[in-house]
Amino acid sequence: MSDDSGGFLATGLGRSLANNWAAFFLLLMLVVFSMTGQNFLSIVNFQNVVHLQTVPLLLAAAETFVIISGGIDLSIGFVMGLVSVSAARLMQAFLASGLPVGWVIVLASGIVLVGSLIPGLINGIIITRFKVPPFIATMGMWGIANGLALKLCQGFPVAGLPDALPEMGNGYFLYALPGQFMSLFGKPSWFPDARVRELWRLIPFSLPFILAILAVLAFALKRKRFGRHTYAIGGSMDAAVRSGIDVDRHVIKIYTLSSFLAGIAGVFNIFQTGIGNYTTFSAMYELFAVAAVIIGGASLSGGKGRVWSSAVGVLVLAFLENGLAISGVQPFYRYIAVGVLLVIAVVIDKLFPNLR
Amino acid sequence: MNTQDTGTLPRKALLGSGALRAFIGGRWVIAFLLLETAYFCFRTEGFANLNSAQILLFYGVQVFLLAVAELFVIVTGGIDLSVGYVLGFASIVSIKLIVFLGNAGLPAPLALLLGGAITLVIGLVPGLINGWLVAYLGVPPFIATFSMLGVCHGVSELLINGIYAMGLPQLAADIGNGHFFYLAPGGIVSFFTRPEVERGVQVLEVIPIIVVVTAIVVGVFAFVLRRSRFGRHIYAIGGNSDAAVRAGIPVKRRLLGVYALSSFLASLAGVVYAFMYVSGKADAGASILLDAIAAVMIGGASMFGGTGTVGRTMVGALIIAVLELGLRMSGTPTFNKYILVGAILIFAVVMERYMPESRK
Amino acid sequence: MEYVLETRDIVKRFGGLTAVDRVSIGVEAGEVLALLGDNGAGKSTLIKLISGVYRPDEGEILMGGKTVRIESPIDALAAGIETIYQDLALAENLDVGANIFLGRERMKRSLGVLKVLDDPSMALEAQKVLDRLDIHIPSLKSTIKTLSGGQRQAVAISRSIYWDAKVLIMDEPTAALGIAEQRKVLNLVRTLKDQGIAIIIISHQMYDVFEVADRLAVMRRGVKVGERVVKDTSPDEVVGLIVGSETVGKH
Repeated sequence: MSDDSGGFLATGLGRSLANNWAAFFLLLMLVVFSMTGQNFLSIVNFQNVVHLQTVPLLLAAAETFVIISGGIDLSIGFVMGLVSVSAARLMQAFLASGLPVGWVIVLASGIVLVGSLIPGLINGIIITRFKVPPFIATMGMWGIANGLALKLCQGFPVAGLPDALPEMGNGYFLYALPGQFMSLFGKPSWFPDARVRELWRLIPFSLPFILAILAVLAFALKRKRFGRHTYAIGGSMDAAVRSGIDVDRHVIKIYTLSSFLAGIAGVFNIFQTGIGNYTTFSAMYELFAVAAVIIGGASLSGGKGRVWSSAVGVLVLAFLENGLAISGVQPFYRYIAVGVLLVIAVVIDKLFPNLR
Repeated sequence: MNTQDTGTLPRKALLGSGALRAFIGGRWVIAFLLLETAYFCFRTEGFANLNSAQILLFYGVQVFLLAVAELFVIVTGGIDLSVGYVLGFASIVSIKLIVFLGNAGLPAPLALLLGGAITLVIGLVPGLINGWLVAYLGVPPFIATFSMLGVCHGVSELLINGIYAMGLPQLAADIGNGHFFYLAPGGIVSFFTRPEVERGVQVLEVIPIIVVVTAIVVGVFAFVLRRSRFGRHIYAIGGNSDAAVRAGIPVKRRLLGVYALSSFLASLAGVVYAFMYVSGKADAGASILLDAIAAVMIGGASMFGGTGTVGRTMVGALIIAVLELGLRMSGTPTFNKYILVGAILIFAVVMERYMPESRK
Repeated sequence: MEYVLETRDIVKRFGGLTAVDRVSIGVEAGEVLALLGDNGAGKSTLIKLISGVYRPDEGEILMGGKTVRIESPIDALAAGIETIYQDLALAENLDVGANIFLGRERMKRSLGVLKVLDDPSMALEAQKVLDRLDIHIPSLKSTIKTLSGGQRQAVAISRSIYWDAKVLIMDEPTAALGIAEQRKVLNLVRTLKDQGIAIIIISHQMYDVFEVADRLAVMRRGVKVGERVVKDTSPDEVVGLIVGSETVGKH
């Protein structure tokens, strides 16, 4: 009964347009904003946008796996905050104990990254063993992680961390003043801080970092058994069980991965801001991550989605905000635009169910 | 926790007959509330008195209203993420309208009444759009209502340009913070208005007006869910939507109605917020969403729809309200509240799985 | 002979596929017609046409000799055609009475003004119809969730009967049941037949067919390939019709 009705959709262009509408929309947006916003089309702006999206990209990647498996993880935003705050507290403690700065950073980051497996592990166990719906299990974890983070930081961002953190987190591979000098990994020390804006700063450290993580995840999802099983579970839980996949184990792994990626985001957050930040209610990281994944073409009923498409979803949301701001539109329109885009994404998904 | 075993045999041996489990399943929530209240009464000084009870109900009204809104949606098997921001939106719209009407020369009581009423009508719009997206376009409720959350957030901020909505007449605050009667020393009883007393003289305030309003609204909707055809239909939709369609129930229209109702209740909560705090802001209800959904789930409703009652949802909401006030009064930072609500939420759903009630 | 329900040259196409191709069947009052055929033969589509889930592309449906327009499940119900699907379409979270009256709830006035659900009277009526069909269910207050497969089937049947079905369509009524419960359901079908209801049964179980049906119609690839009076045929002949080793279009 599900014959393709032919026509435009049958043509190669039509298919790829409907299949990758988010990417086309992104391109269209870039073109439009290049015309409406003065400094929109510039390497500096694009670099900034991508750099600032490192955290959302990580969270969207986490949510991609969970959503493909047919679940949802509402806890990642607050797990990120908890990890960020814990790392900051640990660093403070290590610094006080006289550990060298390098060790402080490495040790604290390492410990919290291992610790970040725990919320996901608990989520996974609650979901598989006690058959609690993912929405509720991770919502519970949302509350718990939020409470713990606030408890650790007493409601204030944790400051007093090494200066090396933001220097590394916001550093670039290449610094240059055209026609005068060029240096790698840092600006020459003789160059005054006040004039740093005159420099060309190219390729933020965060770029290869996030690209590498996304590449590994995309590879795991597309080419490894782990990814194949993830799709299988989201496509048909029954079929997955019957074909001998240890579904419970795999689901636990997926939520643990999700929480671990939120952990990486939390550590990166410290590197980016130089302080330990708890997550506020209005940030809604997890919901925007879900939005990006859906705009990227995944379906909340599972079985569909790709890491790179989710990344495109993140960039669509990011450039929307950035482009509107640069074009002088009130930033509040962004929230409205996100809502409209999401609905479009789902309606497209409904209209062309045979895609991908 | 005695739910460690997923096999049927050991669990039976542990907990006796299915009837016993159903008995516990139906009642542990009430028992929990009583124990919790008793705990704070003994542990926390000043908790066990009329005033605490009033404060608890007074600051709980938003959660009560949003929980009822969420319950209706959850019974159909959906979810409404937008209620918190609809609340904020309504708080702003009502203030803007009332101020506008006041400036147009309307007397304060009329401006309040009219402004509030118009806000409630406008408040139906987000819900109607949600319902239309869910019922007629087949957009998953999570996505549809999250989109609406964004739209309400955006529109709210545009209305107030990043500051608070303010400027309500004094009468609004009098109603929002008013009580039915006041007792002053010397046997003075005053209805609705605070008696003039010397500074420092204690006046006992009894029964906040908005708590009564909320109780009436909650009662009405409890009735609707339990005794009306509309209520029966939404249980049927949540239980088996195919069966509902085939039984000739206008499922799409009912869903439209449910989301509109949810948004209406959220708007009412927003108007009440405006009267209580004499200000309106976009994220006024942002942090209440968790409490509202948690209240419904703790009250034994299922995420998959078909179960849940207003009464038990209120017990769930009270568990959270007692927790919050109890912790606050015992000087513990409220951070602990989030942890405990999260834990109770998960515990409640596990209980529901292992000790389901036999009746709805 | 006078058919209660009849289809004449009814056609349904999905894209390029003709799922039901000019099929004419009819069923009389107090008669059981069995509808047989392999998977994908078009039985379910035919049933969905009659019960208003699909609209026919060509042909007509007649009730008592007159053409009726059936464009939605509600039209079918209004015409007296009740369908019991394999999944029974019961709301498991509601009790027996609520299910029998689902979508057609009885209301009463409370305090003179408010219209409220009249659960006691619905339960009473439910009890009556269950008694009439000699069905025993421990408690009418229990939700469907707590009932056995056969009891659920009985509730679904009671619901159809309560609403004065002229025609009852049953899709694989015994498929998910144990042997003892299968017998009970078949007995129920006989009871209904004796009460003058026209019944169409879709079944894979040859045993059911020969046990309760009066006539049978066989479909293959959307076409009706044969019709037999049950007492004049044999299981072998019927299987032949289903798989296609007999001459096509004998009727």
